[in-house]
Amino acid sequence: MAAKRPKIAVFKFASCDGCQLSLLDAEDELLLVAGAVEIANFPEASRRILRGPYDIGLVEGSITTPHDVERIRHIRKECKFLITIGACATAGGIQALRNWKDVKEFTRLVYASPDHISTLDRSMPVGSYVHVDFELRGCPINKYQLLEVVNAYLNKRKPNVPTHSLCMQCKKKGNICVMVAEGIPCLGPVTQTGCGALCPSYNRGCYGCFGPMENPNPSSLSKQLAELGADREDIMLMFRGFNAYAEAFRKESDAHEK
Amino acid sequence: MKNRIIKVDQLARVEGEGSLFVKIADGKVADVKLKIYEPPRFFEAFLRGRSYAEAPDITARICGICPIAYQMSSVTAMEDAFGVEVTGQLAALRRLIYCGEWIESHVLHMYMLHAPDFLGYEDALQLAKDKPELVKTALQMKKIGNDVMIVIGGREIHPINVRVGGFYRVPAKSELTPLLDRLKWARDQAIETAKLVNTFEFPPFELEYEFVSLRSPDEYPIIGGRFVSNSGLDIAIREYEFHFEERHVHHSHALHSIEKGKGAYHVGPLARFNLNFDFLSPIAKQVANEIGLRPMVKNPFKSIVVRAIETIYAYDEAIRIIEQYEEPESPTVHYEVQAGIGFGASEAPRGTLYHRYRLGSDGTILDAKIVPPTAQNQPTIENDLRQFVTANIDLPREALTWKVEQAVRNYDPCISCATHFVRLEID
Repeated sequence: MAAKRPKIAVFKFASCDGCQLSLLDAEDELLLVAGAVEIANFPEASRRILRGPYDIGLVEGSITTPHDVERIRHIRKECKFLITIGACATAGGIQALRNWKDVKEFTRLVYASPDHISTLDRSMPVGSYVHVDFELRGCPINKYQLLEVVNAYLNKRKPNVPTHSLCMQCKKKGNICVMVAEGIPCLGPVTQTGCGALCPSYNRGCYGCFGPMENPNPSSLSKQLAELGADREDIMLMFRGFNAYAEAFRKESDAHEK
Repeated sequence: MKNRIIKVDQLARVEGEGSLFVKIADGKVADVKLKIYEPPRFFEAFLRGRSYAEAPDITARICGICPIAYQMSSVTAMEDAFGVEVTGQLAALRRLIYCGEWIESHVLHMYMLHAPDFLGYEDALQLAKDKPELVKTALQMKKIGNDVMIVIGGREIHPINVRVGGFYRVPAKSELTPLLDRLKWARDQAIETAKLVNTFEFPPFELEYEFVSLRSPDEYPIIGGRFVSNSGLDIAIREYEFHFEERHVHHSHALHSIEKGKGAYHVGPLARFNLNFDFLSPIAKQVANEIGLRPMVKNPFKSIVVRAIETIYAYDEAIRIIEQYEEPESPTVHYEVQAGIGFGASEAPRGTLYHRYRLGSDGTILDAKIVPPTAQNQPTIENDLRQFVTANIDLPREALTWKVEQAVRNYDPCISCATHFVRLEID
């Protein structure tokens, strides 16, 4: 019985650890999950590492070094389903801001001996290098969505993770629109739902943690932001955040580059 | 036995990726390296050109375990640059959400990351098979910390409600009071935890440390105060860089911090406890006295007991703040954006976190410096390992490797933070 439980592995690349922490933050569900699956490789939680292959690989973090590239290709071969968790693994993360800069200059700003640092020019999503079976969005991910995705793959069904805009969730919650009522710039109209429309519920504008929704219209939003008084640089910086290198956001920020 | 290499390619039960390398030659420790190989993310570089207002959200992403620490060190630095101070109930709310982070992080570390070493389990899930009630209780103790962060901050990882000047929205008292019963339950569990972990077997290992922590005039240090040490250091936060410096060592993506003229120093629960015992709450102090834990605690393996005492304190402090809470009239204090340099520091669960920003007249960040706790502890951890392996050189390889891992976990290192930051192998 125990030997037949599906094996789950957790892998980390450049990231803050927050998305894999979500699994340990599922306090009410963790022991149930650990009963249903074999947590075979999860170094943050255990020094016991079982060899692959694994049924599900959860990958956190972006690909930023030549070694990362080799490692993710090896991990892909080891995992039946590969699921990326969070903005770093699905879009390159906040560290993808380097993609617009000279990384050597960045290295010099942080380290006294930059020659010892091995790094790629760009921070890239996992999907740029290997096939990904499902990309779970968020900075951080929503732990209930993570449980849903794992559950879906274990039961051979499609995960129920909505791809519509944050606005719909915000309306359902009965929030007054912060952009319409108070003129606060908000990325809600182009951002995928998943966080629970948190920022507008706390009287601030959405800053795009979950990345672009399905078929967004960022240029239309930019016009609205401009009407609210945002200049080109403000708009560029708004799109250039935690999902800066996600295609729709990247193009929109580039369109506002000086 | 004379020449050995002890290597741990991927340290487990720590946050982030590091490895351990110890080389023993002619029966002596020849080399110790805690290697932080997790790739660098260059936060200080890409903060340049961003608005001061974005710093709490951006720097939170350095660490998913202690985002509040990053948010609080950054916002207090910005407020320092603008010459304003957040006080009263807004400051109390900041302390409350920070207590939530201490609780979540300390309980995670004690039960999920550190206790398995003392009890001989590879992880808490294996422990749960033998002692399910213990682990279930621990998870509920942890959850209440997260719930404090959720109520105030919107979510437990990368909360969205902290801003320069205060908060975007402050909670009504009625949102906080439902937490009280569970906090009181958890405080009782934390007292039991302190008594339990105090029965663990601790290697007889004491060193003379330079302990450094913040100290406030009238409370246990969490946000702000002055840097103090057991050798008489007592400086303002803005004087930090006159007394401490960071060095780039080849084996690490973390910069090593040293105290000028003194060398390695020790930040975190032991330092806070040893330098601020007088400010613990009566209950926390009483339990510490009952189990015979008094400053100076110099055995780093006992950090788990100190964490338990600090966890009691964090529940106690959260209860006090909620009971005395009155909703502030405004969620923020007024400030004028201006050019300048701002300094901020706070006590992350694993030690002091220092931020410094230089701002342009429109609030654009021109320059940023962030010194995370694990970077500060890294030379001390390596020194511990050198001393520990020297004292235990005859242990069998497997046992020594595990003990050495445990010695690293004493510090609850957060490698994701320390990168602009560790890898451990024993050669």
